[in-house]
Parts: sequence; C-alpha cells; structure tokens
Amino acid sequence: MKIAVCVKHVPTGNLRISPDSNRLDRSGPGELNAVDKNAIEEALRLKGDGEVVVVSMGPTSATESLRTALALGADRAVLVSDPAAAGSDLIATSKVLAKVLGREAADLVLFGQQTSDGAGAVLWATVAELLRLPFVSQAATVTMQDGSVRVTRETEVGDDVIDARLPAVVSVSDTINEPRYTSLKGMMGAKKKPLEVLTLADLGLGAGDAGDGGSKTSVLGIAKPPARVNSIKITDDGTAAQAIVDYLADKQLV
Amino acid sequence: MKPLVFLEHHQGELAKGPLGVLAKAAAVGDGPVAAVLIGGGALTALAEQAGKFGATTVYVVQDDALDPPLPQPRVDVLDEVVRLGGFDTVLFSNSVLAADVAAALAARLDAGLNWDLVDIANHDGELIGKRPALQDSILIDVGWRSPHRIALFRTGSCEIVATGGDARVELLDVHPHEHSRAATLVSQTLREDKSHALEDAEVIVAGGIGLGSAESFVLAEDLAELLGGAVGATRAAVYKGWYSHTAQVGQTGKTVTPKLYVALGISGAVQHKVGMQNSKVIVAINKDANAPIFEFSDLSVVGDVHTIVPALIELLRQRK
Ligand SMILES: Cc1cc2nc3c(=O)[nH]c(=O)nc-3n(C[C@H](O)[C@H](O)[C@H](O)COP(=O)(O)OP(=O)(O)OC[C@H]3O[C@@H](n4cnc5c(N)ncnc54)[C@H](O)[C@@H]3O)c2cc1C
Ligand SMILES: Nc1ncnc2c1ncn2[C@@H]1O[C@H](COP(=O)(O)O)[C@@H](O)[C@H]1O
Repeated sequence: MKIAVCVKHVPTGNLRISPDSNRLDRSGPGELNAVDKNAIEEALRLKGDGEVVVVSMGPTSATESLRTALALGADRAVLVSDPAAAGSDLIATSKVLAKVLGREAADLVLFGQQTSDGAGAVLWATVAELLRLPFVSQAATVTMQDGSVRVTRETEVGDDVIDARLPAVVSVSDTINEPRYTSLKGMMGAKKKPLEVLTLADLGLGAGDAGDGGSKTSVLGIAKPPARVNSIKITDDGTAAQAIVDYLADKQLV
Repeated sequence: MKPLVFLEHHQGELAKGPLGVLAKAAAVGDGPVAAVLIGGGALTALAEQAGKFGATTVYVVQDDALDPPLPQPRVDVLDEVVRLGGFDTVLFSNSVLAADVAAALAARLDAGLNWDLVDIANHDGELIGKRPALQDSILIDVGWRSPHRIALFRTGSCEIVATGGDARVELLDVHPHEHSRAATLVSQTLREDKSHALEDAEVIVAGGIGLGSAESFVLAEDLAELLGGAVGATRAAVYKGWYSHTAQVGQTGKTVTPKLYVALGISGAVQHKVGMQNSKVIVAINKDANAPIFEFSDLSVVGDVHTIVPALIELLRQRK
C-alpha cells in the first residue's frame, strides 16, 4: 500500500491578516495543521509494508512541518514551494496538489478534516475530481479491503458506510484516532528521510494555474462585523440569577 | 445572474437551509430562480413544494441509483443542468453532502468557490459574498473571477421566505460518469429524530463542558422545563457522553433559531456558533470573562453555572 497524505503548514497561534496584501500573514512561526496528524496516524496504521508520502504546498518554511510529519513516521515528503504559488485559492491549490498526487500514483490519498487557517474543508473533493477518483469525506473509521477502502462516517442525518474503489481519496475526521507524539528518535530519523522541494515549473504548471493567476476567487475587502446591539455584560456578585430573571422579564421571555 | 440552487431532502422533507438560499437567490437575482432536486423515489411533489419558497423551475432527477447521499453522481447532474440551462451561479447551503458537491462541481467547471458565506450582494451583476473569518472577528468581502460562480452558505444564514408561488417541474435523466460510480453506499443508519423538537423549540437551554458532568445536565433540563423549552448540547459534551447526540447544536449538529438560547458553560467555538447565532436573544453564563461566546451574546453573565443556575431555577419556581 502506498498512501499519500496532504498536510499543511499553518501559522501558530492567533491569525492575522496583513493589511497591504489582504492575505493571511504567514511571516510568523508555523506548525503542522493539528488535524492533519490524524491523517498521518491513519496512514501509518494502514500502510503495512508500504510507504507513506506526505505532500504539501506552501512557503519554504513548510519544510518544518514536513519534518514533523517525517518524525511522526512518514517515509518521504514532497513540498511544492514557489513564490508564484502564493495566494492560491481552492482551485489553484487543488491543481498543484493534483499534479503531485498524479505523479505519486498512491493507492490511497488521505486529507485532514480542516485547516486552522483556510478552513475550507473541501480540498479533497476538488483534488479527487481533478484526478477523477472517488472520494469520501469525514471518515470516522477506514478499513482496507481487497481493491477498495471501507469508510464509516457520521453526517447530520445519520451514519454511513461507504466503499470506494482504489485508488481513492479520503478525508478523515479528527475523532478517527489519537495521533502519536513526535519522539526524539523520530526527530533524529526525520533528518535523514528524503524531502523533495519542487517548483511549479518542475510540475509543468504555469502562472495561470496557481497563485493569483490561477485563482478563481478574490478578496475585495475586510471589515469588522457588526456587533450585537445593546448587549449587556455583568459579573456575578451573588445577584446574577436575579439579573437574568429581570432581563428575561423585560424581554417578555418569562 | 442566472442562479441555480441545490436542494436537499431527508426522509421525505425538504431541508430548510437550501430553502433560505432560494429566498436569497431571489432577492439578489431579480429574476427566475431555478433549483435542482436529486434522489431516489418520486420527488415531483417535493419539487412543487420548493415553489412555495421561491423556486420558479425545479429540475428533478429521480433515480434509485441516486438515492445514496454520495456527492459525485450529483456533480454529474449539476454539471449537466448548468450547461443545459446556461446557469452562471450555483448556490448551496452547507452540509456534509453539499460542501462536497459544491467543491467537486467547482473543479468540474473550473469555477471559483466561496464558502461559509453569511450573505451575498449583487452590484450591477458583480456578486460579492460576505464571509466571516478568523473566529468571526472579521468579515471578508469575496468575489469570483470565473464565468461560473459557486457559493456555499453557512447553515441557517439565509432566512426562509414563504412566497406561496408555483414551480415548474422538469424531469431529467442523467447518467453518472464512470469515476462517479466508484464509491458506493453499503448502508445508512438514519438517526431516529423526526421530531424536530429542538429546531421547533422557542427556548433552548444548552449545556457545554462547563457543566462539568452528565449529572449536571439536570440543571439544563430543569431550567429548560421552567422556561418551556428543550435542551441542547455542544459536541464536546455529546462526545463525553453527557447528553444525546440528537441535542447537538452546531456545524455537525442542528441549526436552531429559538427566541431564547441560554448557553451554560459553552465557550462559543465557531462550529457551535454557526448552529445558534441566529437565535433572537442569547444569554450566556461562563466563568471566563474572555469566552468567545460573550462576543455574540445579548446578556453575558460572568460567573459559575453551579451557583447561578440553581439560584435561577429557584427564582423561576417562585414566580410560578
Ligand atoms: C469539524 C468540526 C465540527 C464541529 N462541530 C461542532 C458542532 O456541531 N457543535 C459543537 O458544539 N461543537 C462542534 N465542534 C467542536 C467545537 O470546536 C468545540 O470544541 C466545542 O463546541 C466546545 O464545546 P464546549 O463549549 O462545551 O467546551 P469548551 O470549549 O471546553 O468550553 C467550556 C466552557 O465552559 C466554561 N466553564 C468551565 N467551567 C465553568 C463553570 N463552572 N461555570 C461557567 N462556565 C464554565 C469555560 O470557561 C469554557 O469557556 C466541531 C469541531 C470541529 C473541528
Ligand atoms: N497547502 C496545502 N498543501 C497540502 N495539503 C493541504 C493544503 N491545504 C490544505 N490541505 C489539506 O486539506 C485539508 C483541508 O484543508 P482546508 O480545505 O484548507 O480546510 C487539510 O486538513 C489538509 O489535509
């Protein structure tokens, strides 16, 4: 089994928009997107005597997160890093990842549930469609079968069991497993594992495919959302219960 | 703009989210609003119902092979309808299924997708979406740069308008692509909850991790009973087994809009917020003065639920 896992390097801590570009400020420290560790963990569980390759698109600092992934146990990493890819939206990002994944030709491609910065939680669908592969999202369990993968998942309406023919794309829920921690030994070992860095040109992609030129959406402006009008804040000094009753009575809710 | 709205239905009922999107499409479009209804069994009666909420034409693809809630065959249908009807904007209300369909359709049409929209405006043909970001601390104006525009709305962000109109129903046959049939549904267990008790409740008292234990949900139950309402819960509380999954409010639970929502020991994570932010009056009790929930509450009470709620219950009992 060869398994590819898509992971992202996201800013650590509070996110900030840089005022001159209207883009997320990625100049500060970053880390491996937390729920992508669930996807790595699942890949390690499923790979058997196969291989786990982590794939990412991001700034050169994203190599840090890929090293973390290698330290967790992935065998190999591929990063697409190119100034011309900065500012890629969903479609642009998926074209780049689909190119890499097409080259890797893994049996199974895993995604995490959502990034802490983009939070689109749909990238697997665009990538799978570009690769013309079946996909299943929100996996709560993943089981390999002969030539297919079985996924159970929870949606708003119920619980589904879905089989997808391999090669397939699956995104995993953050409840699927408990990711391991990086060990010192893992971190030492990660330094020796292969980490390939590619440009758009290496993949045969041009400026019209990725970055601003390949994006089909744009950010036009940023504003403060309107605050709730007339909101009241009190701190309990023993009379909060009475204050709540008075408030509700005033609103004719009791 | 020529809008097309993706309808969803569960157990013989149209989902509410997309009905709100129909009204939004009508408001910004100023013209006919088409919709698509896909599934197994006979769907024409349901399609006609969509007319009562603003759809002027409903394309129906009914085929038992489309009964399983899988995204890719639906992408084939939408792709076909978009081309057939010359639609330029496809609008969705978020759900596990809708998000997957919207994104795969964006890839198919090489179109921009803007997600988590709470509103949309039409400036002389240019569409502008409103998307909250960074834990809802900012509101971004987003646009599209492709001939086709895909919009995915935050659940419950568009108000339903009963227009009482009539929809023309058009039956279509669409044959899914080979790769769209490579995933199959083995089984589906529907959650036993057709009661809509939570969605219909005028008052909801919801509990989170701050309640501290399953036993403490009695506080939420007692308070709900006194206020004439139902009990809700956060996903974190549900995962701990403190309360039933059917009570979960939020992105992966129910979307509710009661007259009064009382949040007990709930931090106000954005995934919870999306399910309850359109409640008329929100009262939150949390011991952390900086809890995010206070940013969207009408009455914010900084304090301990274990002292305030019993006192509140006592006061309400005395009033009866
Ligand atoms: C993809 C995804 C989907 C999700 N879907 C949902 C969803 O549908 N619904 C949902 O709710 N969540 C959902 N979540 C989880 C969500 O992100 C939060 O983790 C969850 O809402 C937090 O629940 P909570 O507020 O009960 O717990 P916490 O975040 O732990 O907050 C507990 C709060 O209680 C306060 N508190 C503690 N003790 C007391 C006390 N004695 N008195 C008063 N206050 C006290 C604390 O100050 C804190 O603010 C989802 C997450 C993901 C990643
Ligand atoms: N730039 C990226 N490179 C590789 N994988 C990514 C990237 N962005 C997102 N992903 C993957 O897609 C999932 C969903 O991300 P998002 O759509 O941004 O919420 C993440 O959990 C990752 O697995």
